[in-house]
Amino acid sequence: MMTSNSLVYLIALPLAGAVILLLAGRRSDKWGHLLATGLSAASFLVGLYQLSLMLERSNESRPVTQKLFEWISVGTFNIDAGLMLDQLSICFTLLITGVGTLIHIYSISYMSHDPDRRRFFAFLNLFIAAMLLLVLGDSYLNLYVGWEGVGLASYLLIGFWNQKPAYATASKKAFVMNRVGDMGLSFAIMIAFATMGTVSFSGVKEAASHTSTAALTGIGIMLLVAAVGKSAQFPLQAWLGDAMAGPTPVSALIHAATMVTAGVYLIIRSNFIFDAAPTAQLLVVIVGAITLMFGALIGTAKDDIKKALAASTMSQIGYMILAAGLGPVGYAFAIMHLLTHGFFKAGMFLGAGSVMHGMNDEVNMRKYGALRKFMPITFATFGLGYLAILGVPPFAGFYSKDMIIETAFNSGGIKGIIFGSVTLLGAGITAFYMTRVMTLTFTGKSRWDEEVQPHESPWLMWLPMAILAIGSVTSGYLLSNGDALVNWLSPLFGNNAEHEELLSPIIVSGLALAMVAIGVAIAFIKYSLSDVDVVAPDDVSIFTTIARQDLMQDRFNEAVFMRPGQALTAVLVKTDDAVIDGAVRGVGQIALGLGSFLRGIQTGFVRSYAALILIGAVVLVAAIWVVVQ
Amino acid sequence: MDAANYLYLSALLFTIGSVGVVVRRNAIVVFMCIELMLNAANLSFVTFSRINGDLNGQVIAFFTMVVAACEVVVGLAIIVTIYRSRRSASLDVASLLKR
Repeated sequence: MMTSNSLVYLIALPLAGAVILLLAGRRSDKWGHLLATGLSAASFLVGLYQLSLMLERSNESRPVTQKLFEWISVGTFNIDAGLMLDQLSICFTLLITGVGTLIHIYSISYMSHDPDRRRFFAFLNLFIAAMLLLVLGDSYLNLYVGWEGVGLASYLLIGFWNQKPAYATASKKAFVMNRVGDMGLSFAIMIAFATMGTVSFSGVKEAASHTSTAALTGIGIMLLVAAVGKSAQFPLQAWLGDAMAGPTPVSALIHAATMVTAGVYLIIRSNFIFDAAPTAQLLVVIVGAITLMFGALIGTAKDDIKKALAASTMSQIGYMILAAGLGPVGYAFAIMHLLTHGFFKAGMFLGAGSVMHGMNDEVNMRKYGALRKFMPITFATFGLGYLAILGVPPFAGFYSKDMIIETAFNSGGIKGIIFGSVTLLGAGITAFYMTRVMTLTFTGKSRWDEEVQPHESPWLMWLPMAILAIGSVTSGYLLSNGDALVNWLSPLFGNNAEHEELLSPIIVSGLALAMVAIGVAIAFIKYSLSDVDVVAPDDVSIFTTIARQDLMQDRFNEAVFMRPGQALTAVLVKTDDAVIDGAVRGVGQIALGLGSFLRGIQTGFVRSYAALILIGAVVLVAAIWVVVQ
Repeated sequence: MDAANYLYLSALLFTIGSVGVVVRRNAIVVFMCIELMLNAANLSFVTFSRINGDLNGQVIAFFTMVVAACEVVVGLAIIVTIYRSRRSASLDVASLLKR
């Protein structure tokens, strides 16, 4: 494999930005945001340079590596801190730095009134560096460092306005739930090391062919746990909705476009494990299918525009995870959907931020309405993202989502029919809730309070939105034209086996469009033809009530994990107090009592000591005498 | 004469000595009682030496005398020092060790 000396700059540039801004403190308030944006853009340029180098080489010799330093060296166990850039990680690198730079630009204006804007940019740069380390690491251990780094950055940014207790709680919730997933990743690394003796991607790939299926299944399930935590998949999905407490650019970058897709990256990077462990692979598909329905259902009931988009993100990542679980035929489509989703969802989140910006930070869609006239650019960019997520041809989602639906249907047997139907139904519900967001926000009558004066955002904000909207329109066609992405990634996943075709692409597209049309029609009738209440109605069906409460996910976690956990800790605390501390204190008490008794004997009078010695001697002699007798 | 009589005498002397150590307060008297106990032991050694017909007991008796002589030197020095600082040779006055 070729080596390169310039990979490290991808990570070093944004990391330097974070370090400089955090160490320089208030002194860098004036120019900090410009430096951070510049360094992020520089990292993007390095990525483009690497891509140009890659394109010059033949498909098999494209991956490059760079050894940074020897990290752990114990006996025969050696791990280098090394980077690897291949066809998969270049996709992520460009997405992270490209979308990241646009969001940096957007944030300059969005955060301009915040006194802590510099700190915000430092954290953004820290996130970019950690996320790049995650996708560029050449072993599971290096990936793990980046994995924890993005978790930290996510925690810091969700709780950026931590003067509000609810926001601080949200960041802690995200951190703790991520920790459950991180535990899965560390277990996976441990099992891999115990059974294969290596944790590098190349080493594990080589060793996977002669490792027992049981061990591979164990690693696969633990990797799935990790992916589930980071990507907010069922059953660790509850943190994503609350993560919307962070500033909107954070939601766009971390909780829509990049970090939450790290789970998809992990599964696809570990394709050699999942391909050899069918049980784990099936679990991946099941998790994806459950989450895509779960997120879609939550999305239908949310009135908070950011939470509706967060539910949508959850659902769309469900699609990616599902595709990643379908094996080699699905990997490329999962990545394609990931990339197109990165464009349109980040664009829509920035649009939501633009709306909030013009509406005094109001997030309740029931208090929007008729914003089309006041925010034409936001409406246009949001609308293009909306068409893309619906999967209307020729927008991006049409190519990526239809491919996933088609692959799911054609994955064979009853499994194919079930998962295909789920993805198809999900497309319909997606159309419903996104149309709901669209109509509630931009069309109909205005429902906002009188003192609100909606206005279009400055160009620094709408420019990134416009660029992302262009991506939402074109990326799908560009990536799928002539199977560009599939061929690009094929050296990593081996040849796609031919599979039986249950439904032809044209039928799938027809079905999907029909579902989308039904979803749009229902939402249109419900929210556009009749007036919308400013206050959410209470007399709703039980299903709406449950969906509003995120399908009871918090209540479930509280009842199943938190309450028993608290009871358990209460018992353990009592046990600790009574038994363990009791034993320790008891020993102390015994020693104390014995000591105060013995102290009485120590009178200080020589004659009493002499008498004691005498008594002792007599007792000793008497004892010997008795024994000898 | 029966050698056992010497042992009875030795036991008697030892008892007198030990009772003296426990009941008397004057350091000089306690000191003399200790000497008495040592010499009672010496008497036993010599008697057993005689009974067994070898010289081991006699040798140990000489050792004891040497040790006793040393002990007298050190002990008397301590007693004199205590007397100088406390104006008393009573053992019960020198009971500060407890504190």
